Amino acid sequence: MKKHVAIIDYGMGNLHSVASAVKHVAPDAHITISADTQDIFQADHVILPGVGAIRDCMSSINDNGIPQVVNHVIEQKQPLLGICVGMQVLQSHSEENQGVDCLDIFKGEVKRFPQNVEDAGLPIKVPHMGWNHVEKAQEHPLWEGIASGTRFYFVHSYFVEPNPTYAIGSCHYGVPFSAMMAKDSVAAVQFHPEKSHMAGLRLLRNFLNWQV
Amino acid sequence: MALAKRIIPCLDVDNGRVVKGVKFVDIKDAGNPVEVAKRYNEEGADEITFLDISASHEGRETTVHMVEQIADQIFIPLTVGGGIRTTQDIRRMLNAGADKVGINTAAIFNPEFVKEAADRFGSQCIVVAIDAKKVSTDEEADRWEIFTHGGRKPTGINAIEWAEKMVDFGAGEILLTSMDQDGTKNGFDLALTSAISEAVSIPVIASGGVGNLDHLVDGVKEGKADAVLAASIFHFAEYSIPQAKAYMAERGVEVRF
Repeated sequence: MKKHVAIIDYGMGNLHSVASAVKHVAPDAHITISADTQDIFQADHVILPGVGAIRDCMSSINDNGIPQVVNHVIEQKQPLLGICVGMQVLQSHSEENQGVDCLDIFKGEVKRFPQNVEDAGLPIKVPHMGWNHVEKAQEHPLWEGIASGTRFYFVHSYFVEPNPTYAIGSCHYGVPFSAMMAKDSVAAVQFHPEKSHMAGLRLLRNFLNWQV
Repeated sequence: MALAKRIIPCLDVDNGRVVKGVKFVDIKDAGNPVEVAKRYNEEGADEITFLDISASHEGRETTVHMVEQIADQIFIPLTVGGGIRTTQDIRRMLNAGADKVGINTAAIFNPEFVKEAADRFGSQCIVVAIDAKKVSTDEEADRWEIFTHGGRKPTGINAIEWAEKMVDFGAGEILLTSMDQDGTKNGFDLALTSAISEAVSIPVIASGGVGNLDHLVDGVKEGKADAVLAASIFHFAEYSIPQAKAYMAERGVEVRF
């Protein structure tokens, strides 16, 4: 049977590049970009993307009934992958936009990169934009065939504080932060696998192979 | 272990073909943008910039289709610039598959446009392109101004002040081109690049003048650029991306392999 992958569409930005990368690693998969609950609930794997400011993201999520959808997906143990702001919205709270409550799937806090910290001897530029190393913090099916320290493409100004309970991959840019996290059937990555060339495509393939 | 300096091949596209002029004249044909972009993606480029230099409406229509085709086939970030004047233009390019858009002239005529764009789409996808030229004499302290129309028209705007203002207005990145160096193959304007890079808190891409691999190293080390952009040295196969990265890594620049 064809694998069904649903990319949750709550009206924030273009999801084409995520779909295109999934299609590249799973040419036979049935891929839907969808806000339709029945469609999402029937999927084998679900992806929660996100771009832009957290307040806008969370209001679209709330307006579209996505919190219930996400909870149901988790209850059904459908593997779920949050990407970039899609990872941040799974945390408890973000300090962006004067503070925004998030979905509280991971007990975590989203913070802004501080000023006056350095990377390779120079003050960091924010957004953290480009290819950085991700170190393996814990074994996880997402790491299959990917070496610890592989570079992935990041673009973000806010980060999830490190938390050893969920951390499967960590990164350092002026401060240490959480790059990959997982709990039961939910995983999340701060970088963009769909823009991280071979390593990112491999990670997406690993996600699609992940059986909970 | 640090963030890698990015190497960004730039496709200057006129009516659906990659071209590269020397000081915007003597335009040579370097191929089909989709094929060229695919090649750079496979070679290990960190990002691709697509600059639409078509003057005509037809040229711009072609660009949207090209961006769609490129976005389908590459799995690295894609920036599209040239003729971005309205939020509809931005929406269109993002929908076609661009990850970031470059805003140049429209920001000069209406700086609020950058603010509006950053609010609507997020700073992470707003690149402000700055074309600067040195206007100070040899006896004076260095001073650069913003120029439009391919470096022909002065605006009287100080380049450093402009860059700082664009950061305040929500730009996520600066694409800095020296119009003195562009097309010369004599290397970046390193004084300009470091002056801007040190003045702003967002990443700066150095552009204009790359003729050899030492120029890329200098752009990072002396120019303090976060990324280096080049066109002709890659298009005409003088150097490959892996060659450029190996050369930079040997000289202590963090790159992605």
